[in-house]
Amino acid sequence: MLHTIIWQIRLPRVLLATLVGATLSLGGLVFQALLRNLLAEPYILGISGGSAIGAIAGILLGFTRFPGVSLTAFLGSIATLVLILVMTSGQSVLKKESLLLSGVMVNAFCSSVIMFLVSLTQDSRLHNIIFWLMGDLSTADIRQVGLLAGMLLPCFILIFWQSHAMNLLLMGKEMAQSTGINIKAVTITLLVTSSFMVSVTVSYCGLIGFVGLVMPHLLRLIFGPDHRILVPACILGGGAYLVICDLLARTLPEQGEMPAGVITALIGAPLFILLLKRSER
Amino acid sequence: MNPAITISNLSHSFGKRHVLRHLSFSVEKGIFFTIIGPNGSGKTTLMKLMAGIFKPQKGQLSILGLSNRSYTPKALARAVAFVPQRLPVDLPFSVGEAVLLGRAPYQGALGIEREKDLEIASQAMQFTEVDHLSSLNIGQLSGGEQQRVFIARAICQEPEIMLLDEPTAALDLAHQVKVMDLMEKLKIEKDITVVMVSHDVNLAAMYGDQVLLLKDGEVVCLGTPAEVLSFRKLEETYACKLLVDESPLGGFPRVTLVPGRFMDSKN
Repeated sequence: MLHTIIWQIRLPRVLLATLVGATLSLGGLVFQALLRNLLAEPYILGISGGSAIGAIAGILLGFTRFPGVSLTAFLGSIATLVLILVMTSGQSVLKKESLLLSGVMVNAFCSSVIMFLVSLTQDSRLHNIIFWLMGDLSTADIRQVGLLAGMLLPCFILIFWQSHAMNLLLMGKEMAQSTGINIKAVTITLLVTSSFMVSVTVSYCGLIGFVGLVMPHLLRLIFGPDHRILVPACILGGGAYLVICDLLARTLPEQGEMPAGVITALIGAPLFILLLKRSER
Repeated sequence: MNPAITISNLSHSFGKRHVLRHLSFSVEKGIFFTIIGPNGSGKTTLMKLMAGIFKPQKGQLSILGLSNRSYTPKALARAVAFVPQRLPVDLPFSVGEAVLLGRAPYQGALGIEREKDLEIASQAMQFTEVDHLSSLNIGQLSGGEQQRVFIARAICQEPEIMLLDEPTAALDLAHQVKVMDLMEKLKIEKDITVVMVSHDVNLAAMYGDQVLLLKDGEVVCLGTPAEVLSFRKLEETYACKLLVDESPLGGFPRVTLVPGRFMDSKN
């Protein structure tokens, strides 16, 4: 009995939380470097919301979770990404205000599309949709976790390979380019890889917000600005952080459990406001 | 010997706005080359083309005898270094780390520093006299110090050509002279071809071996300061009243602006 609980329920769940936490934290780090804005994060930017639309559309179309739903989630995230880039194009350094505004608008749009899709159908497959949207790690099974790891680990390696380019990008596009960085190639690689990672995790366990804001910020305070250290630190730290959040989500309620996304938002949203306040000074 | 930069029939436009029209000139090796001209004359665009940030739309641009297109980004960064007008002063790195970023064209993807990289960065910081600031953050420095840090970073690229866009624009008088002297030292001691865009015609006259005068994306005149900074050419190009005489230091022209209140009494 104990054996079954540890190996078939707890272990996959912890592994899933580690992978998802690492992905979201790394996604935040990448977007912060690319947009040169410490408030950028897949959830805040609306990338996660776009993936969710894609995922729900995939579910409604009757696709299986792999590869169908992951693919539509990826398409959804890329569409949002393009939308954000178009909305904020023509600015060399993305202004905080316009980034946040476009993020809020994209998020509002995504939520209404999601509710629209949900209300269109009486489908029993969407029975737990609200729970899933809040970020749910309880559905882990070891084979799916293995599949997820197979997709995410190559992304981690690819991003680590670009970590020094991310350092150089902090100098601004022009100076980075004149230092020998192929800006277009690096930007596209990073954007597509991180959108892919995020959409895969969203299609798996819904919207878990603010991990990509909290962890990179904390780790920068500890380790400094060098991305060659921050990338591995975000993978390990982000993983550990979500494991802890999920543990709280599982043990805090007296009955049943709550989605892990509730905990990450409870911690992350106040920190976001604090950071915004501080950056205005 | 190939010139440092050769430009022939180069045109560039942003949408329908033609910024550069059929430019042709070359920059000899080892000289201090200054580019002046009114706002909107295309100075910065020209410099960004030289730096490889923009790709030539029409015409040819050669660096050290090879077409600009035949360089990989890294190879170009080993030949040409660029110090833009707006410096990334919010860079979260220390001065020492920021200067070391200039070694990227000689390193692998992960930028692992070898002994030689550290040595070159340390020499570059001594050259621009910022070595004592090495552990400070960029944001803590004065404008002149920041400028010297990013020049040191550019020196780390060991370039043959150094491009600077208005390096003195935000500096007080003492720092202007210090930065300009530093660029002259780059030319003399390191044999680097220095190309500078400036609004300050007097600095261009004092330090430039050659001056290129641009207007509306076309070459008005290219030559020594004495040839280019003539009364008529400047007045026509800038469309304002000026006096040009010889600098009391001797050997180059001095340009004096004429305030409006002097105009009536003269006429």
